[in-house]
Amino acid sequence: MAEVLVVTSGKGGVGKTTSTAALGAALAQSGQNVVVVDFDVGLRNLDLVMGAERRVVYDLINVANGDVRMPQALIRDKRIDTLYLLAASQTRDKDALTEEGVRRAIGELRDRFDWVICDSPAGIERGATLAMRFADLAVVVTNPEVSSVRDSDRIIGLLDSKTVKAAKGERMEKLLLVTRYDKVRAGRGDMLSIDDVLEILSIPLIGIIPESEEVLRASNLGAPVTLANAASAPARAYMDAARRLKGETVPMTIPSERRTLLTKLFGRRAA
Amino acid sequence: MTIATRPPRHSFRFRGRNFLALVLRPEPPFTDWFAELDQWLARSPGFFTGKPLILDLAGLKLERAEIAALIEELRTRAIRILGIEGGDPAVLDDSLPPSLTGGRTSGSVEAIETIARRPEASDAIKTAPPAAPGSRVPSLLVETPVRSGQTIINAEGDVIILGSVASGAEVIAAGSIHVYGALRGRALAGAYGNESARVFCRRFEAELIAVGGYYKVTEETDTHLRQKPVQAWLAGNELKIASLDQTEKEAVQWRKS
Repeated sequence: MAEVLVVTSGKGGVGKTTSTAALGAALAQSGQNVVVVDFDVGLRNLDLVMGAERRVVYDLINVANGDVRMPQALIRDKRIDTLYLLAASQTRDKDALTEEGVRRAIGELRDRFDWVICDSPAGIERGATLAMRFADLAVVVTNPEVSSVRDSDRIIGLLDSKTVKAAKGERMEKLLLVTRYDKVRAGRGDMLSIDDVLEILSIPLIGIIPESEEVLRASNLGAPVTLANAASAPARAYMDAARRLKGETVPMTIPSERRTLLTKLFGRRAA
Repeated sequence: MTIATRPPRHSFRFRGRNFLALVLRPEPPFTDWFAELDQWLARSPGFFTGKPLILDLAGLKLERAEIAALIEELRTRAIRILGIEGGDPAVLDDSLPPSLTGGRTSGSVEAIETIARRPEASDAIKTAPPAAPGSRVPSLLVETPVRSGQTIINAEGDVIILGSVASGAEVIAAGSIHVYGALRGRALAGAYGNESARVFCRRFEAELIAVGGYYKVTEETDTHLRQKPVQAWLAGNELKIASLDQTEKEAVQWRKS
């Protein structure tokens, strides 16, 4: 039975698309059949981060409207056989999405894959509510700063009221993914600590992704960070989070960059 | 001849005033419509309390007895009708609320996402007669954290929240508000005029706190109260906020003297 997972946050720029790509790739690397679906109609990015922008022919809107069949719109990743992308349309806007169309598309993906990962747009409007509408569980992406935390709190409230699962009276599973975490700055008090964030949001923690230049480097390369540099700190953190998603018990650590004496001496290399 | 001594009155002075009224439009079949209304009321008890309501009968061909039955059904749900819009003038008479014309549409009232529950609310609404003045009113117990953007309303009694109230969330109660987690959002106790209502919370980080219409924002509160267990109450025209921790309170008094 497939799991439909929505990656959401409320606030923009916190790392939803990066996390969607990284978690999707990490799950696929472990042998699972995964599709990542871009719900950011009109402002699509997931195709770029996945490095598939030149292969998009049909998209979510075409499938939802019944213009094409699902296999025509699915783009297989060139690096991992079990990873697929369903892109968003760049020329349309969120109003082009219908609830019935999304329901049909998600239903079809459920039959084909182990994991359907929906990359939600920022905000709380139509795109975001439709992305979460049919999900079984949610990964709430939060940066350790107050505005992101409050927006995440708002999204958690919506997950508990606007999803099909919530409407049926079932419990919507919500998991917290803290991204762009900087141990040093949190220690200095420039940033909220993990405990502060957990205290406010009170949902289970699925992972802590350290702030790293590897993330930017990977998205510019057009590769999920777990594929671009599997040994990097954020990649290891995403892989741990993916294992926890599968139900494995992995101790919660914050991976750090392995710094040799040389890199310490010469500082950061250019991104 | 007392009448002759009065100065003659040339005219009466009338004042015009605008009110925003909610308009209810029943849709046949009415049994289904009332079932839906009951479901909705179960989620937002007291939503109609103290709100002017107009019954819109446009497009419905109803006999006088049918309209009276409709109004009676609504009355059992503690919904009182102020006037009727769009009704057939031939049918309306003095026994029914007055007919109204010339209403202008304003925005629809947002009632979604408002959580207002109370234990066994659906049963209570259907069976309980309207509470007599002075009788015990049910309090609303919320066992989940109140998230940013959510509103909890109990237009009749107290609100008790076991979790925290997030920044950007709002709790409104006719009675007192008790928050057993951190209060980071807004709490408005005695929102319908009860000046003896209070706000209690275990960790005070509220954006705004109000009792009976008197309010304070965080900036106006003493910094030493932040993150402390506090209560807020109304003393005359002043909203007072003090630590619930007695030793803490004494320490403050000692420092002041």
